Amino acid sequence: MKLTLDKVKEMQAQLKDTVGERPADAAKTRVLVGVATCGLASGAGKVMNALKNECSALGLGDVEVVPTGCIGLCQYEPIVEVLAPGQPKVTYIKMTVEKVKEVVKKHLLNGHALGKYTMTYADEEAPNNDEAPITSLDDTPFYKKQVRIALHNCGIINPENIDEYIARGGYQGLGKALLEMTPDAVIQTILDSGIRGRGGAGFPTCMKWKFASGNRGNVEKYVCCNADEGDPGAFMDRSVLEGDPHAVLEAMAIAGYAIGSNQGYIYVRAEYPLAVAHLKTAIKQAREYGLLGENIFGTDFSFDIGLRLGAGAFVCGEETALMTSIEGKRGEPRPRPPFPAVKGLFGQPTILNNVETYANIAQIMVRGAEWFTKLGTEKSKGTKVFALGGKINHTGLVEIPMGTTLREVVEEIGGGIPNGKKFKAAQTGGPSGGCIPADKMDVPIDYDNLIAIGSMMGSGGLIVMDEDSCMVDIAKFFLGFTVDESCGKCTPCRIGTKRMYEMLGKITKGEATMKDLKELEDLCEYIKDNALCGLGQTAPNPVLSTIRCFRDEYVAHIVDKKCPAGVCEDLLVYIINPSKCRGCTLCARTCPSGAISGLVKKPHSIDINKCVKCGSCINLCHFGAITKE
Amino acid sequence: MADKKTTVPFDGTPEQAEELRAAIARIKDEKGSLMPIMQKAQEIYGYLPIQVQTMISDQTGHPLEEIYGIATFYSMFNLNPKGKHKISVCLGTACYVKGSGAVFNKLQELLDIEGGECTPDGLFSLDDCRCVGACGLAPVMMVDDEVYGRVEIDDLHDILQKYRDQ
Repeated sequence: MKLTLDKVKEMQAQLKDTVGERPADAAKTRVLVGVATCGLASGAGKVMNALKNECSALGLGDVEVVPTGCIGLCQYEPIVEVLAPGQPKVTYIKMTVEKVKEVVKKHLLNGHALGKYTMTYADEEAPNNDEAPITSLDDTPFYKKQVRIALHNCGIINPENIDEYIARGGYQGLGKALLEMTPDAVIQTILDSGIRGRGGAGFPTCMKWKFASGNRGNVEKYVCCNADEGDPGAFMDRSVLEGDPHAVLEAMAIAGYAIGSNQGYIYVRAEYPLAVAHLKTAIKQAREYGLLGENIFGTDFSFDIGLRLGAGAFVCGEETALMTSIEGKRGEPRPRPPFPAVKGLFGQPTILNNVETYANIAQIMVRGAEWFTKLGTEKSKGTKVFALGGKINHTGLVEIPMGTTLREVVEEIGGGIPNGKKFKAAQTGGPSGGCIPADKMDVPIDYDNLIAIGSMMGSGGLIVMDEDSCMVDIAKFFLGFTVDESCGKCTPCRIGTKRMYEMLGKITKGEATMKDLKELEDLCEYIKDNALCGLGQTAPNPVLSTIRCFRDEYVAHIVDKKCPAGVCEDLLVYIINPSKCRGCTLCARTCPSGAISGLVKKPHSIDINKCVKCGSCINLCHFGAITKE
Repeated sequence: MADKKTTVPFDGTPEQAEELRAAIARIKDEKGSLMPIMQKAQEIYGYLPIQVQTMISDQTGHPLEEIYGIATFYSMFNLNPKGKHKISVCLGTACYVKGSGAVFNKLQELLDIEGGECTPDGLFSLDDCRCVGACGLAPVMMVDDEVYGRVEIDDLHDILQKYRDQ
C-alpha cells in the first residue's frame, strides 16, 4: 500500500495516543522493555519473555509488551516502563525475572505501582515496602537537563513498527519537503538551521549538500550515511539505528531530494547486528508504504537505500575510505580534493553524513529552522548526544543542548565521580580527540570552544577520568588503538604512530629522557601535517592534548621515574608493610614468579627484581599489608 | 601463507558451492558487490580459504589478488576456520613467567598446528590472548568459556582428550 501525505497525517492523528502516555479511555496498557544491545546484555531479553509469560498466565489481555530502543540509562538496565491508561509513566529499573513477577501481579493486575523498583532507589538497596515513593525518570537530574531531538523516539517507539514512527510525526518532514518545497528551499532550511556534522569535525551540513546540488537530474549522485561508529566509548549512532531507524531513512530521502539523487547507501559496521536487522526491517517497511522507491508521495521523486556492511576496519569511518569500501575494495582513504561532493562514490557527486546528523533532519523540516536555532550556542546549533563513560556515577547516553558545560554534564547529569574521587579530566573525541582538564569545566561545550581548548567534539564519546587515571597511559591506550587501525597506506601514519607508541612506552617504563619528549612533540606535529586522512592527522591529538594539560605528569614519568596516578606498572614497586604482615604465607604461595619470601608468622618481603607486578598478592592479602607505590 | 591454507583440508560441499553461485549470480551486477559477495561466502563456509576465493574470482571476473587483498585488509574475514573448540592461552606477563609460552608451544606440537590455525579435523583452533585477570592461577588457558589454571605441560594431553571424547 502506497501512502499519500494525507494518509500519513491521518495515521498520525489516529495513532498518536498509542505511543507515549495514554488517555484515560485508552484500551490497553503499554509496557515497554528497552531491548537495545546494552539492555539485552543486561538480561532484558529474559525480562521481556518473563513479562509476556506472566501476563498471559494471568490472562492480562489488555497489556501489550512492546520492545523499544535504548532508554539511555545503561547502568540501570534492564529497564521496563509501564504506561497505563490515564496514569503517568512508571519506570522500573534493574529489573529481574523475580521483580517482573511482582510488578505484573501488583501493578499490571491490581493497579498498584511499586515505587521501590523506580529511580527512588537507584543507588541503594530497594526497601521491602510496597508503599515506597515513585520517582519518575523525567524528574531525575539525569533526564531533566536533556533535550531529546536525535533521540526523541529512542526508548519510546517500537523500532520495528513503522506505524509507531508515523504516530510520532514520522515521514511528514519528507512529505513537506517533496510537496511544499523546492530542493533549493530544503537546502536553505538546512543552512538556516545552522546544523553541523555530528560525526566529529563539525563541518556545516548545508555546505556539503550545496556543493553536491549542482546539475540536478543530469548526473548520477549518491547519498551516504556513515554508520561505521568506531571510536571506543561511543555508541550513540548504534542507539539511533537500533531505536529509531526510520529517522535515518527519512532524512536520507530528504537529502536525496535536495541534491537530486535517487540512491542512498548506509555503511554500517557488522559489529552492530541488531542495528543491521532493524535497518533491514525499516527499509522493507518503508518500501511497502511507498516511502522509499518510485514516485514517493505521488511525486516524480524516486529514492531507494541499500545497506553495506563493514568488516572490522576503523579507518572506514573516514569518508573517502568509507566510500572506497562501499565500492567493494580495500577501505583505504584517498587524497582530497577532489571532495566527495564533486567526486565521491563510484566517482560521482556524493554527500556523506553521520547517523546523528540525519536523526535531526526530519524534525528540522517539520518544526522549522528557527526552532532548531533556538537551541545551542551562536555557532553550534541544536543538541549533541554524548556517551558518558569512565569514572562517573551515571553512565549512559545523554542528549544536551550545545553550550551545556562539562561541569553540568559530569556533576549534575552524570551524578559526579564514584567513591568521592576528584575529577581530573574528560576525554572527548576518542582517538582523534583530547582532554578537557578540570580548570576548563565551565567552558560551554560546542564545536569551536572544544577546539579552542585543544580537544574536539568528535562523535560523542565522553570518558571521565579521576585522580587514579594516568594521562600518559591514556594517551598510550589511544595510540595503541590507532597503531592497530592504521590502514598502512601513508607513511606518516603507518610508521609515525608506531614510533609514537614506542616513545610513549619508553616514558611509561621510565626509560625516556626529556629529549624524547621533545622528539615526541615534533613527531606529533609532523604526522598532523603530513598524514593522508583524518585518522592519521588526528592521531597525535590525545598525546598533544595530554602533554599540554598535564606536562607535569610526563615530566614525573621521565625525570622522577614515578607515575603520580599509580598506574604505570613499571614505575611501581610492590611493598609489604612489615608491621601489618602476619606471615600467613598466602602471598608467597600465590606469587606466580616466586618473588615473595619469608618465614611463617614473620613479616614477608618482595624481591622487586623477580616481581612481575601482577597484583595477585594485593588482592589476596587479608591484612592490607601490601601496597604499590 | 601458502602452507597455512592447507592446515584444514577444504571440505566444501556441492550444496555450498551452489548456494554461493546463486548468491553471486543474484548480486554481482550491483555496484560494489564484491564485499557483500565475500561476506556471503564467509557466511556459507565460515571462512574464506583459497578455494572459495578462487571460486569468487572465477565467477565475478575480479582477480584473485584483489580478493585476497580485501580478505586480508578487513579483520572480520578469516583465512582459517575456527575450531569447534577454541583454545586460548594467556601470554600476559604473569602467565608467561610461569611458563604459558611452553604451554602454548606444547599445544602447537600436540595439535600439530600453529597459533591462529585450526586442526585438520576442525575440532580445535589455537590462539594466544591477553591477560584474562586470573594471574593468581597462572599459567592460564581457556577452552571455549572454561578457564584452566595452573596448567602443566603434562596436563595438556588429558585436557584435550576430554574434548575429543565429548
